[in-house]
Amino acid sequence: MAKLDSPRYTIAFATAVCVVCALMVSVAAVSLQPRQKANARLYMEKNVLLAAGLVKPGQPVTVRDVEGFFEKDIQARLVDFATGELVPEGKIDARAYDQRAARADPAASHPAPPNTAGIGRMPNYGIVYFVKQGGEVRQVVIAVEGLGMWGTIYGFLSLDRDGSTVRGLTYYDQRETPGLGGEIANPAWQALWLGRHAYDAQGHAAIRVIKGQAGPPDKDPLHVDGLSGATVTSNAVTRLMQYWLSDDGYGKFLRRFREKGVA
Amino acid sequence: MSALPVFGKAGRQALLTPVLTNNPIGIQVLGICSALAITTRMDKALVMTAGVVLVTTLANIAVSLVRNRTPGSIRIIVQLSIIASLVIVFDQVLKAYLYELSLELSVFVGLIITNCIVMGRAEGFAMQNPPLLSALDGIGNGLGYGLVLMLTAFLREFLGAGKVFGFVVLPLAKDGGWYVPNGLMLIAPSGLFIIAGLIWLLKTVKPELQDKD
Repeated sequence: MAKLDSPRYTIAFATAVCVVCALMVSVAAVSLQPRQKANARLYMEKNVLLAAGLVKPGQPVTVRDVEGFFEKDIQARLVDFATGELVPEGKIDARAYDQRAARADPAASHPAPPNTAGIGRMPNYGIVYFVKQGGEVRQVVIAVEGLGMWGTIYGFLSLDRDGSTVRGLTYYDQRETPGLGGEIANPAWQALWLGRHAYDAQGHAAIRVIKGQAGPPDKDPLHVDGLSGATVTSNAVTRLMQYWLSDDGYGKFLRRFREKGVA
Repeated sequence: MSALPVFGKAGRQALLTPVLTNNPIGIQVLGICSALAITTRMDKALVMTAGVVLVTTLANIAVSLVRNRTPGSIRIIVQLSIIASLVIVFDQVLKAYLYELSLELSVFVGLIITNCIVMGRAEGFAMQNPPLLSALDGIGNGLGYGLVLMLTAFLREFLGAGKVFGFVVLPLAKDGGWYVPNGLMLIAPSGLFIIAGLIWLLKTVKPELQDKD
């Protein structure tokens, strides 16, 4: 055996360790990927239910529960951002539509208009979920995303039939500082949004996170309590909300929805 | 003597001393950071314990197996590569089987890599001892860490949320019960108070563990 400290042996040993470790990590990552993807998808759809208020935070939800809700109470559809109209149902399966993948696909997206939400490319279509109650559409859930402090924040916003009153909010994928900006994932803070208005009287996307405390929803409908120690995240939330509610995002669709309903 | 007949005296010692007498958190004061962060609920603490036991054990075995072939000049980085790979594998398994828990734990699972317990045992024990003994040392240290974790998590979840493993034991006042939870228990400082209390208790019961200065 070569001497333990000879450079040649050292390099050979280091290479061997790297190869073995890399093999171990790759095998685990590749073999577990399908399960992880299924989990991530289930978690995303569970957050649609959370935003719609159909399940409560902390309540365990199985694949079967989600399927049950999607069969009965929730209908996924796609919106054409250019016109604000719904994409015909037969064209693309809305539930299988992956908005993140579409954004990265040059054929299914375009460069985003200048914005402060940190969005570089816009998918041509965006997902919406109609939430029914007794056969009638009562809420619509839209997908929002934008650049936070450490990474992209993904969430869902549920609006009332009037297209403006907030009925629910979740953030299901975010990397904000735990305990500070990470509090955007706290159900207690998300509950502060309920009953507030996304749009002001002139129809501008005006809801925003302010410094300090906001008044009760009926007196101060356009403001939400800020998160102390998390100014960057608070501002990021304001910007991404206003972007997706504007005409560059779901604004045109929501106006149609308010005036004409689902048709 | 009859407790673990399979292993000799050295094996028993390797397994049992780190659980109490030479507890990694209590005496070696290793791994405090993660202990404060993930002890608000017992299920989190249990998964973290499983992770640390698994990683210290497997890392100790692996490091011990190659200990006579490892060049001294790169031994630390070799240990770190082994540990980091094991932690990534554990994180991947969590994401595949306990997805929602993994979202809450993921930051701290990554920190197992820098958890001094793992590295400390690999360098301090596994480099000098055969694989089986190193495995026992790994299990013992993992369990010692886990014991403190579970105790702390039990107190924090019980007093802070009236629950044990997520089951309601003390019905909360806001849900129509009588117990008003101690909110302090859910934030990090309480973790330090509890762990400091445990360290003090351990050193009082066993005065020979006190630092002489």
